[in-house]
Order: sequence, then C-alpha cells, then structure tokens
Amino acid sequence: MRTLIKGARVLDPGKLDGNKTVLISGQTIEAVLDPSDSVPGNAADLRVVDADGLVLVPGLMDIHVHLREPGHEYKETIATGAAAAARGGFTAVCAMPNTVPVNDNAQVTRFILEKAGIAKAARVYPVGAVTRGSAGTRLAEIRDMQLAGIVAVSDDGRPVENAQLMRRALEYCDGLSLPVFVHAEDLSLVNGGAMNEGPAATFHGIPGIPNAAEAVMVARDILLSRLTGARVHFCHISCEESIDLIRNAKLQGVRVTCETAPHYFTLIDEDVKGYDTRFKMNPPLRSEKDRQAVIQGLVDGTIDVIASDHAPHSREEKDLEFDRAAFGIVGLETALPLSLKLVQDKWLPLDELIMKMAKHPARILGINNDIRPGNPADLSLIDLEDKGVIDPERFVSKSRNTPFTGMAVQGTAVATMVNGTFVFERRPAQ
Amino acid sequence: MRFTKKDILDIHSLDPEEIALILDTAMGMKEISQRPVKKVPTLRGKTIVLFFQEPSTRTKLSFEIAAKRLSADSVAIAKAGSSMAKGETLIDTVKNLEAMRPDVIVMRHGSSGAAYLVANRVDCSVINAGDGIHAHPSQALLDMMSVREKKGRLSGLKLAMIGDIAHSRVARSDIAGFSKMGAQVWVCAPRTMIPAGIQALGCTVASTMEACVADADVIMMLRIQKERMNDILFPTEREYAGWFGLNRDRVALAKKDVTIMHPGPMNRGVEISSDVADAGYSMILDQVTNGVALRMALYYLVAGGSRHADTD
Repeated sequence: MRTLIKGARVLDPGKLDGNKTVLISGQTIEAVLDPSDSVPGNAADLRVVDADGLVLVPGLMDIHVHLREPGHEYKETIATGAAAAARGGFTAVCAMPNTVPVNDNAQVTRFILEKAGIAKAARVYPVGAVTRGSAGTRLAEIRDMQLAGIVAVSDDGRPVENAQLMRRALEYCDGLSLPVFVHAEDLSLVNGGAMNEGPAATFHGIPGIPNAAEAVMVARDILLSRLTGARVHFCHISCEESIDLIRNAKLQGVRVTCETAPHYFTLIDEDVKGYDTRFKMNPPLRSEKDRQAVIQGLVDGTIDVIASDHAPHSREEKDLEFDRAAFGIVGLETALPLSLKLVQDKWLPLDELIMKMAKHPARILGINNDIRPGNPADLSLIDLEDKGVIDPERFVSKSRNTPFTGMAVQGTAVATMVNGTFVFERRPAQ
Repeated sequence: MRFTKKDILDIHSLDPEEIALILDTAMGMKEISQRPVKKVPTLRGKTIVLFFQEPSTRTKLSFEIAAKRLSADSVAIAKAGSSMAKGETLIDTVKNLEAMRPDVIVMRHGSSGAAYLVANRVDCSVINAGDGIHAHPSQALLDMMSVREKKGRLSGLKLAMIGDIAHSRVARSDIAGFSKMGAQVWVCAPRTMIPAGIQALGCTVASTMEACVADADVIMMLRIQKERMNDILFPTEREYAGWFGLNRDRVALAKKDVTIMHPGPMNRGVEISSDVADAGYSMILDQVTNGVALRMALYYLVAGGSRHADTD
C-alpha cells in the first residue's frame, strides 16, 4: 500500500518549503517529488490524498504529556491520550512517569509500550522516573528502563529536591545520553500556594506561588549542568526570571533547553475569575509581564519547545474548593490552534513554530524526523485557515478540564500519519 | 431602595448604596436587641442552616442569636458531625442541605472561594461567614456599623490597620469596605505579612507603625495567630509586640478621640497591651453587640425581602 499526498505546502523547517508531493510506501517516506514529477512504480495500489491548501509538516511531537495509565484510567488511558494526541496533530508524545505505579522500572515501561502499540494512534515515548517512586531518595534503574524503551527521565510533578542526588542523576544520564527533564519547583517557596503570587491572588485570598519558586530551581540546575557538563531540559517554563536565567546560560554554552506550554503565552493570573478551577495548574498562570517574557523567549529562541503539559483530571477532582482542586489542564487538542495564534499575531513565522513543535522536540530526543526518503512516515497535515471555537465536548481525551472553552481559534490539524498510516483524519467538511 | 442580592459573599460584590442600606437596616435591628422581649416574628417559618466547617465561637453564636431574634429556625452543623468528615465533597454536602429547603445557608469554610462555589450551586441565599483568607463580610459590615455609629460617618476617616494582613479575611473585607465608603485605610506590619498588590484593594502601606497610627480616627488591631509561627512570619511574640504592638505611646499619636477595634480574640500583651484593650476608647465589646444586629439585617435583607418592610 502506498499513499501520495499532493497539493500541500510541504514545510520541513530548514530543509524544505514548497509545493511538493510526498510518496509514502509502507511505513516510510519513499520520495519527495515536485508536482510535475511522475510517480514512480505501479499506480494501481496508490491512494492519493488531495491536500490542496494544506501544510504538511514533520510529525508534531508533544514532549510533555500525562497519560495517567497505569493507575488513573478514569482520567485518561494510553489509548484515549494517544488518540487525543493524533486528533491534535501530534504523531508522538512523551508520557510522564507519575502514574500509579510510577514508571520507575522496565516492567512499567514495557506495559506502557504494549498499550501504546495496541492503541494505533500517536507514538508514545515513555519517560522514566529519575528516582525510585519519584520519591527523591535513590536513583531508579534508569539503564534498565532505557533498554526497555524510555527516551528521557523526569520526576515530573515534583522536583528532585536533593541537589547531590540531582547532580548524580545528571552525570549518570549523561553516560546514557538520556536527557533529564526538570520539573523546576522549590516546594518550600510554594508553601501551599495555589495560584500566582500577585495582586490577583491577594484579591482572591488564594495563597500565592512566587516566580522564584520556579526560578531558584532553574538556577540550581543550570549550575549543576555547568558542573557536570550534562544536558538539562526544563519543563513548563512560566516566568520571566527563569527565561532570563536560561537565556544567559545558553549564551555561556551551558547545555540547557526548555519548553513552555500554550497557556503561559495565552492566559495570565488576572484571567482566573470566580475561583474557576479550570484555570488552576502548576506552575500557575503568571502575570502579563511574564506572559510577554514567554513570548519573547519563544521569539528569541531561548524557549526551544512548545509542549502541552496535558494533565487530564476528572470532573470530581476539579469541581472543588480552589485550594483542594487538582492542578492541571488538558492540552493535546488545543496546543496547535493556540500556538498558531503566535503565527497569526506575527510573533513567530510558521517554520519557527514547527521547529518548536516538531524539530526541536525530535532533536532533544535524538530522533530524525526530516521529511526525506527512508524516514518513518510520521507527518502532520494542518489547515491554517480553518476557523473554529474550542469545544471540550468534542475532545477525544477522557477529560474536559480546559480553561479555553469557547475561545475562537484559527488553524487545526486535519490529518495525522504515523508510520505510513493515518491515525487521524478529519471528515471532509459537509 | 430594594436589596436584590441573593447572597452576601464578600464586600467587593456590594456597592456603597447596598452597604449603606445594610448598615441602616442593622441600626433598626439593634433596637430590637434592647427590648425586654428580644424577638420579632419577621422571619417566622424561615429555616437557616449554620454550616460551619471551621471552628468558630463568637461568629457562630452571633449568627445563631440573630436568627432567633427574628424567629427563624436555625440549625447548626459542625464539621465533626457532618458527612464531609466522611469524605463527601462540599458540593454534594450542600446539595443535600439544599434538598431540605433552607432559606439561608450561613457558611464558614477554610478554603478561599468556598462560599462562591456553594452560592453558584444552590438556589437559597448564602451568607459567607468567613472563607479561608478571602472574605468575612459580616465582620467588616459590623465594623463599619460600629465606626459609623461612633463617629457619625465613615467618609474622610483614617483607619489604621496593623497585623497579619496577608492571612486575614477580616483585613481584606475591611479594607474593601471602609475604602468603598470613603475612608482612608492605612496598613502596616512586617513585610512578611503584607501580600503583593494589597494596595489595589484600597489601602496605603505605611512604612512604620508610627506613620500608620498618626492622626488615625480608628485603629484596628488584627490578631496574631500563634499557629502562623511555623510560617516564619516573625521570630517571637516578644519582638512583634515591641515593633507592632499597640501601647499607650502609640495610641497617643492618633487623634484624641481615637477608637480602637479588634475582631477578636485578642492576644493581650502581643498585638495589644492590656491597658489599651481595657481603656475607654476601646469599642471591642460594642463590635460584638452590633454583630448580632448586623447579622439580623443580613438575614432580613436576603430572606425577608423588602416586601416585609411595611408590615414589621
């Protein structure tokens, strides 16, 4: 079975940009042709996909996702999460290890990969825990998990509080060429906070989380990266101070990368109204100044990646007093349209956005996702013109906890191909 | 003027005319408390649930007495005996309460915004008797009532508030209320107790205790919560008393007819010296008396409705 995608603008940032025809044979890209080229081989088994007016890009990768399985299948399963990813245009996601049990051993890693294989949706790359049970006391068997298939390690959801343990983790993972994803949070500074420290928190009487709760840990781990020479990737960066530190570290040649999430360049703490827990996540929505700094960090390249931090929660965990409600929002099915707003607002050219959603994530994981013959056919097809309104009732994800309900957006994924097979295709309009 | 609000959730959601109406109504209610037979039939047949999920003695008693004086039936449920102690969610608990058709739920809860959560889900009136560190509107209203009674006005007065502003729902509600009614509110405390952006609620942060109380018409001392010692807000009560405690020397900086308030319970010798607390310019007990009248007014306005105004 072969597939021919024709008529699309094929955009592989830094490599390709133009009207090309992509021929997929089996699981791989067979050829990238000019529209006038004849299609090699037998035309009989060829499915032709007319992609006029659409943009074909290397498979988008969301390197920060919570799939909740094993343990919290009522929030999300690997199957529903991977399907939501495909629906959102992602060909691959990194599944954070804070499940029950924690993915801190090869058995859990293999379980996740087995479930992902059955799902036939986006690829799932498991992230292993840094420490056993993510408890922050002893290293997990990281090499064993790597042999089973993890692509990175993280204790996401909590910080590695002990600096010596973090140092050893960085050194150990450097020897395995595994990236360490850092959840930067000083718990003593968070001190029970539930939204950004500032006038909005004061008004609502909600204990605040200062920017420094994130930035002091960013600073520590930049220093540990300098000390060890090991790579560090910072998750969900939300505030100006962290971005300044990372920008400076990069100038000094420290091996750091970082990601932000769409909510941090879309919403601010003043948007939290009437104790609406759909706006509660960690790190919290920050000030307008921080939002501007996040956009600036994306523009000047300090922020390498946009990841959703997809954090599904059931209605019961959100329909509570603000301080008792769970932190987190779903993001897989809103990340692309929200990020395309950066292009519409002329903050980023489209190729830069695709860098941050496809190429840089792949580079961090050591994956080559160029649109070139021989590579796995992991591709995302995007309609930049489609206008819509975010409607959680139409999410494929099991959970609906989003603050973006009713927001008008432009641009959406219309098809997602993994390994030569469409795992999501929008039904043709009308 | 008709009072049209279903709920009393915080001061922010009341406009100055509504605050004035509440205070005027409360003055009328105060007269009832001075009669030999302290009871009127105004809210006969109404049911009021006192849903207190945090310990409270005075506020709860005040709400309970206020209900009895208006002939309403009041029922109190406490945390220990409630199904919330068995893990039921707040919304499920109040939906069950609502099914018994109360007219008013008075609630106190440890989480900021809890009264909002409940008010959005029930048809009956909700009066917030304190939610986390967010709001305590009946306390602020009775404070305004007491000051207005004593000074004849609120507009143009200088109110100095000293203490843990960051963790005080009384402070937030008083700042919002007094500033809405035209008073100037000054606050001071160690920086550890001044939350970011408090000025936006309508106050000035004084650099010293002396500047704060200078020429003040009213000094309000907030209780230093001993359980906050773990939060590293201040080293010792002794040091706090020296820096921010109210004593005679500091009172002397205020206006001659200064009034001293405290939402209680007091820590004598910490935020307020005993001689100041017991001196003639203290109106701490007046606050307690007015609290009953003010809460009667709140019940009357949300549950009695102005259609009763002529008959009673």
